[in-house]
Amino acid sequence: MSFNITEYYKELSKGDILLAFKGSITSDLINEVLEAVENKLEEGNEEGKTRKKIYNVLVESLQNLYHHIEETHDGIEEDLDPKFGILVIARNPSGEYLITTGNFVVSTKTKFLKEKVEKINSLSKEELKDMYKFILNHQRISAKGGGGLGLVDIARKTGKKMECHFFPYNDKYTFFDLQILI
Amino acid sequence: MEALIIEGTAKTPNVSFNGDTGKLEIKGRSIPENSIEFYKPLVDWLEEYAHAPKDKTVVDVHLEYFNTSSSKCILDVFKKLEAIHKNKYEILIIWHYEEDDEDMLEAGEDYESIIRVPFKMIEIVD
Repeated sequence: MSFNITEYYKELSKGDILLAFKGSITSDLINEVLEAVENKLEEGNEEGKTRKKIYNVLVESLQNLYHHIEETHDGIEEDLDPKFGILVIARNPSGEYLITTGNFVVSTKTKFLKEKVEKINSLSKEELKDMYKFILNHQRISAKGGGGLGLVDIARKTGKKMECHFFPYNDKYTFFDLQILI
Repeated sequence: MEALIIEGTAKTPNVSFNGDTGKLEIKGRSIPENSIEFYKPLVDWLEEYAHAPKDKTVVDVHLEYFNTSSSKCILDVFKKLEAIHKNKYEILIIWHYEEDDEDMLEAGEDYESIIRVPFKMIEIVD
């Protein structure tokens, strides 16, 4: 059976949810999400340090989505908004936060994405720092965004391994999700 | 030269570059989707300032948050300052970070290790 986005989203939105969204990832949406999450974390009396980490990671993961998301999804049957993506922020029983972002990617990109996440996951704290500094100092910023610093920054800030999953949708698209634990 | 004053927003910092006093300040959040656009006037201003800088320039960087897209632009700003420093003018970058914000301190140290300009790290205690 092929991947069902509605079921997937429903499943993901179970439990202690801080915020769940599916639809167009626009600049305004990012503003709204950041404001809402900031307020909720403040209300929740979360430690300042943790609040900052969550906020930072959220900015990077949302902007990653924003910059890399497909404008339209030709060949996807369902009624998807342009720049379709999902975001779910959940709290697990041990008080950690799990940020999940997801979007449809052209299936030919999945190998690259998988290898990139695996590569970053395999690096130590020091190696991540060196990689960050190398990219910062040597790669030109692209019109699209940070030029590949986003995931490295997330890994440095969380100190944890990211998880990614690929759900084949049709012969052109795969649904890609990235899960970040803080 | 004319001062560069930019009012901050939810995603961009306050900027105050004063060429008469050599006091430069960037303060607030820097998380725009398109940082190049925001930072271009700062880099242009510094290029102009480099022609006749003050003997001493003090740069206060006080960021609550910045995204990776800004991080490259901030490096560009620092590289302009490095060029002025190379011409034997005194430059001091004061990197402010909030109490316990180790990530922000580390970010400052990353820049310090890349840019050949004196840095001073200051922890802000409430």
